[in-house]
Amino acid sequence: MKAVTWHGRHDVRVENVPDPKILQPRDAIVKITSTCICGSDLHLYDGFIPAMRSGDILGHEFMGEVVELGSEVRNLQVGDRVIVPFTICCGSCFFCKRDLWSCCDNTNPKAALAEQAFGQTTAGLFGYSHLTGGYAGGQAQYVRVPYADVGPMKVPDGLSDDKVIFLTDIFPTGYMAAENCNIQPDDTVAIWGAGPVGQFAIKSALMLGAAQVVAIDMVPDRLRMAAEAGAVTIDANDEYVYDKLMDLTAGRGPDSCIDCVGLEASGHTIDAYLDKVKTVMLMATDRAHALRQAINCCRKAGTVSIPGVYGGLVDKMPMGAAMEKGLTFKMGQTHVKKYLPNLMQRIIRGEIDPSFVITHRYKLEDAPMAYDQFVNKRDGCIKVVMNPN
Amino acid sequence: MTQVASNTGQPFSPDPYVGSTPRAGLGRPAESSPPTRPAVNVGTTERQLSMAGGAALALIGLRMRSLTGLVAFGAGASLIARGYTGHCGVYKALGKSTAVPAEPNAYHKSGIHVSVAYTIAKPRAELFAFWRNFANLPKFMDHVQSVRVTDDKRSHWVVKAPAGRTVEWDAEIINEVPDELIAWRSLGGADVDNAGSVRFVDAPGDRGTEVRVVLDYIPPAGRLGKYVAMLFGEAPEIQIKEDLRRFKRLMETGYPPITDGQPHGQR
Ligand SMILES: NC(=O)c1ccc[n+]([C@@H]2O[C@H](COP(=O)([O-])OP(=O)(O)OC[C@H]3O[C@@H](n4cnc5c(N)ncnc54)[C@H](O)[C@@H]3O)[C@@H](O)[C@H]2O)c1
Ligand SMILES: [Zn+2]
Ligand SMILES: [Zn+2]
Repeated sequence: MKAVTWHGRHDVRVENVPDPKILQPRDAIVKITSTCICGSDLHLYDGFIPAMRSGDILGHEFMGEVVELGSEVRNLQVGDRVIVPFTICCGSCFFCKRDLWSCCDNTNPKAALAEQAFGQTTAGLFGYSHLTGGYAGGQAQYVRVPYADVGPMKVPDGLSDDKVIFLTDIFPTGYMAAENCNIQPDDTVAIWGAGPVGQFAIKSALMLGAAQVVAIDMVPDRLRMAAEAGAVTIDANDEYVYDKLMDLTAGRGPDSCIDCVGLEASGHTIDAYLDKVKTVMLMATDRAHALRQAINCCRKAGTVSIPGVYGGLVDKMPMGAAMEKGLTFKMGQTHVKKYLPNLMQRIIRGEIDPSFVITHRYKLEDAPMAYDQFVNKRDGCIKVVMNPN
Repeated sequence: MTQVASNTGQPFSPDPYVGSTPRAGLGRPAESSPPTRPAVNVGTTERQLSMAGGAALALIGLRMRSLTGLVAFGAGASLIARGYTGHCGVYKALGKSTAVPAEPNAYHKSGIHVSVAYTIAKPRAELFAFWRNFANLPKFMDHVQSVRVTDDKRSHWVVKAPAGRTVEWDAEIINEVPDELIAWRSLGGADVDNAGSVRFVDAPGDRGTEVRVVLDYIPPAGRLGKYVAMLFGEAPEIQIKEDLRRFKRLMETGYPPITDGQPHGQR
């Protein structure tokens, strides 16, 4: 089959590789009908996430048709159309039983490595480095889905791929980020990053009843999409974010702040330049300009919710501000499965059509070009969907 | 000390949970019973060196920004922790201490003592029943090739050693409390004197069961002893912990997570 493989910084290729096989009785093989590139893939593409190996198959946002089942997967049938959450879950550990799916104890085969880096192992993820298991991803024609009796969800008839594909990751991710803010009806929620995750955080914050949502980015197309959704926008290239946010909240600061940027934030302040220099000199691993700004802007006793990915160490965290103001931090890889029934219902009821975020469609063969376009945000690129079959 | 010299025909049993067996004369350090706060076994100078070395390793780890880099960071961090706590798991496992003069005691020189605990989200009785059938142990104990149950109390163990060798012994269960405790030890004439116990304790709330394993191995002097030491490498605790992780995953999910055999591009 064809698959998108990682070979180093800014080097992804489309290769012919062997088809995946059932390796355990709880596996399934899915023939992929839609697969996306995520902002998280850009962290791999830019070489920010350690423990990648040359030849690793990328991709964690995919859906398709079940073509083969292990002997112990009884809730699916060959021919079922399924979406597959990017977090791989066992369904029976302490964390899975509490809906904390991305913390699953049992699905990372490289648990000892993860333990050394993070203290404890978290769930295995598709196509996302050997720290999270080294599982082959779904930017391919076929994928092996382990513990397939737990993760995949059948898609009701009549819903197109475009409407449900983002349930695999970015819709639940934006939703969980908003839910973590415990939004009250008169709240202002400020959201850094108007990429795909930011867009779903904006929609979700509004769905959960925020009075005012503010989106911060520096890419005009993305700010335009945020404005269409109903957000007030701040172009961080033109305006002082702190001043503007204080103005919009009459000096209180946003009740909640969401960092949908992650470890590759850019910026023009001293801390952002220091981050850039340090990561280039390899003295720190992550650039956290957006997160620092979110902490500084957040109103006292507010919540900072962090769906943006951090992989290692962050320098110069304003813990003084966070502590003195009594902030609450909420973060984590998304517990995708927890949100599927609710969000699927919202799609069926027509409350949201997640396909609004798609700007480009390609064949799998075009993946190297698509990565380049997405990372450079060229031609208004916000979300790429590929059809591999 | 005669017990320690092995092959005396006497069963060997330094385990804290074996109950009836007298343990005097083994010279076990007080810290070897169930762990509370780690005792200081790393001397002051070495502690300072550990911290400096740890910081340097951690920094190198960051600069490499790679898999090895991150692992170097982890190793660095554990060196720093060792500097802070004055406690080194590896030294403890090998019975080595630089904080007090080494005792002239065979056990302290070459014995391997490991104590590891793990929480498993299954009821005590289920875990106990699986473990009590010793023939199941090779399913999660990586270095154990086979265990043949010979009667209600006795079993024959074959354990992999480096260079394609094996070491063997007969073992007997010396203490058993249903759903709570199993303790065993090798019988006289074993290649490697050893004893072990596993305790099953209800974890708080509905977290399942805390499984605590204590193992002691006394390798004989000479070449075979070296093999046994190699078998456990520098960090026997890590190996036993991996065994327990396999046990947990087997019991909780039925199948361990694997990626061997999945496709990949050119490496
Ligand atoms: N927690 C999870 O489970 C999860 C799931 C999916 C994605 N993510 C993470 O969410 C983040 C966003 O994903 P995405 O797909 O939207 O990525 P993206 O790269 O498309 O979007 C990031 C946006 O942040 C903007 N930005 C950069 N610096 C900024 C700054 N200083 N202030 C404001 N905006 C800034 C960029 O212009 C870009 O539009 C990534 O870190 C990704 O890894 C996390
Ligand atoms: Zn993603
Ligand atoms: Zn689990």
